Amino acid sequence: MWTQMMPALRMTLLLTVLTGLIYPGAVTALCQALFPAQANGSLIVRNGKVIGSALIGQNFAGEGYFHPRPSAAGADGYDAAASGGSNLGPTSRKLMERVKQAKVAEGIEGPVPADLLTASGSGLDPHISPESAELQIARVAKARGMSFQAVAALVRQYTEDRDLGFLGEARVNVLLLNLALDEVRQ
Amino acid sequence: MTSNGVLQVVVFFLLIVLAARPFGVYMARVFSGEFAFLRAMERFFYRVVGVDANQEQHWTQYAGSLLSFSFVSFLFTYLLQRLQGVLPLNPAGFGTEVMTPELAFNTAVSFVTNTNWQAYGGESTMSYLVQMAALTVQNFASAAAGLAVAIALTRGFARQQASSIGNFWVDLTRGVLYVLLPLSVVGALFFCSQGVIQNLSAYTQVTTVEGRTQVIAQGPVASQEAIKMLGTNGGGFFNANSSHPFENPTPLTNLVQMLMIFVIPAGLTYTFGRMTGDQRQGWAIFSAMAVLFLAGVFVVYGMEQAGNPELARLGVVGGNMEGKEVRFGIAATALFATITTAASCGAVNGMHDSLTPLGGLVPLFNMQTGEVIFGGVGAGLYGVLLFAVLAVFIAGLMVGRTPEYLGKKIEGKEVKMAMLAMIATAAAILLFTAAGSVVGTGTLNNAGPHGFAEILYAYTSAAANNGSAFAGIGVNTPWYNVTLGIAMLVGRFFIIIPMLAVAGSLAAKKKLPVTTGTLPTHGPLFVTLLVGTIVIVGALTFFPALSLSPIAEHFLLLEGRLF
Repeated sequence: MWTQMMPALRMTLLLTVLTGLIYPGAVTALCQALFPAQANGSLIVRNGKVIGSALIGQNFAGEGYFHPRPSAAGADGYDAAASGGSNLGPTSRKLMERVKQAKVAEGIEGPVPADLLTASGSGLDPHISPESAELQIARVAKARGMSFQAVAALVRQYTEDRDLGFLGEARVNVLLLNLALDEVRQ
Repeated sequence: MTSNGVLQVVVFFLLIVLAARPFGVYMARVFSGEFAFLRAMERFFYRVVGVDANQEQHWTQYAGSLLSFSFVSFLFTYLLQRLQGVLPLNPAGFGTEVMTPELAFNTAVSFVTNTNWQAYGGESTMSYLVQMAALTVQNFASAAAGLAVAIALTRGFARQQASSIGNFWVDLTRGVLYVLLPLSVVGALFFCSQGVIQNLSAYTQVTTVEGRTQVIAQGPVASQEAIKMLGTNGGGFFNANSSHPFENPTPLTNLVQMLMIFVIPAGLTYTFGRMTGDQRQGWAIFSAMAVLFLAGVFVVYGMEQAGNPELARLGVVGGNMEGKEVRFGIAATALFATITTAASCGAVNGMHDSLTPLGGLVPLFNMQTGEVIFGGVGAGLYGVLLFAVLAVFIAGLMVGRTPEYLGKKIEGKEVKMAMLAMIATAAAILLFTAAGSVVGTGTLNNAGPHGFAEILYAYTSAAANNGSAFAGIGVNTPWYNVTLGIAMLVGRFFIIIPMLAVAGSLAAKKKLPVTTGTLPTHGPLFVTLLVGTIVIVGALTFFPALSLSPIAEHFLLLEGRLF
């Protein structure tokens, strides 16, 4: 084993240069040239200021905005420098309490789609299900003085189908939908 | 379960069946040296490293090279992490206050052993340089080392009266240059086109629509993401791993990530058949894996779709979405959870800690049976061959004949080595879990049987070199960082060294002609025997521990007991 130490050292150095510097460096250069928007985080700019990323959820509490899912990322949720889930197990009393509170906070009685009351794995889920969006249309419309139909039409417009028709689930990007709502008002 | 969910599973599986052959053929040719299009690059490597590519190694030399390489890699990874504060590419300014000696030890061991356990939270502990020059490099190196062992073991079966099983440095170089690197470049570019980030910028501070401040972590993610999947490494750039939208933005990238986990392990079964000269042997192994895999997927999917009865009482409808992303949904998350623990990947696109009790049982059991369902890059093949040795041994005992596999007599030495590997990992899991249940309960996130499951999962994942977690448990403590590190070392080297010894011993043997007394190892009988051995050995070893955790939790949940 000890006679192999020098080759091992040289191999480690070589691989560090090739796969640790050249490979990520070349990929960075290519991505920045070919897909600059994606490579830099799909950032959204309004009035010259970055207001978020199309892929990263953010908190919305106002009555006039669609609300995202509960988030366990960071202390206040949607901390995009501290991603993570609640990691509460199925028999967790804390989980049940949190879900109960979220239901009261959303002001919903009766059945609720699972995603609206549960925290995502990343804590940064940018989406809610179309059913969860539908549940919120009446509240948003009332707060904004818009017609139910007008808001519902926007929700439909911002509902993305499954990828290739069968992969994953249909979804609504909360940030993009809320930005669209703000544009209607202006 | 929905028909669309089942369709996603079926399409994934068909794509893997289709990919096994071309990838298998390609790897067989690469490792036998038939491909030469990167020969100049290869020669450069051999010259710098200082090895004679034509000089084959005895199994002890092969193992010595691998151990030396792993040791130097460990030192490198450790030092880079500890020195990150004074090295460049560190826009967030992380230093040794977050990268403690025991965390750096744990992470270095974890990446060198292809475990990629995350005691660290990527975006809150590590500089970009560490992510690239330490973690990404080990993603390549540990995967290529695993691949090399699988190829060496295959040579052991294929050769006769030979004293050598190949050259570690050559196998390692070829694995990186011909297999891992080109596929990673393609994968990284595809991921970036879909929204995975790839930059060296500082974190972006934004003011959100409602006027709050949000700091968005950045970094060279796509390049690491590709090799993280392909090398069945699984250590994420971000804490949330592949559930993070910057690592896995769409259901399409999710499908590609799952394919990247399985493609090399599935292909290796074909490589095995081809190199040993009997393709049916490869397909037999593939079939045994497929049976176990599909059974696992549908248990997880069924349980998650059925959901949590306690949440249903609160009016939650539509299955268990805690810890899952809307874009993937239940089917694609269940599929991912099964794949990542069947292979020794450990990447997650949803939080396993929040799976239903029996939904979480499958990932645990997958890892405890040694991740032989396609398994890790290389590790899956040498793991399943270990079980194949046991299966023919048990069959031999039943009929009273000396067992044979692929024309090689399986004798005392081979069986002893296989048992050593199996007992060492099982002991690491169970003994450490027992100790952890006494001294490591202070950082649990859940109480009751689920808390015990968090400890059991941690040591299972470490010893199986998986890296996924019931992640609520706080493992960045001296106790867990050190003991999990030891479990990872046992799980890696107490399998690799015995399997290389088996390779050496088999290579030296003659091939026996097939007679009417030979147990055919390519038909349904052998597939059944192999599946049975895997399940029974796993069940006998781990059933007591499992019945105290997910199984107990399942029945308590049905009774409405909360903790």
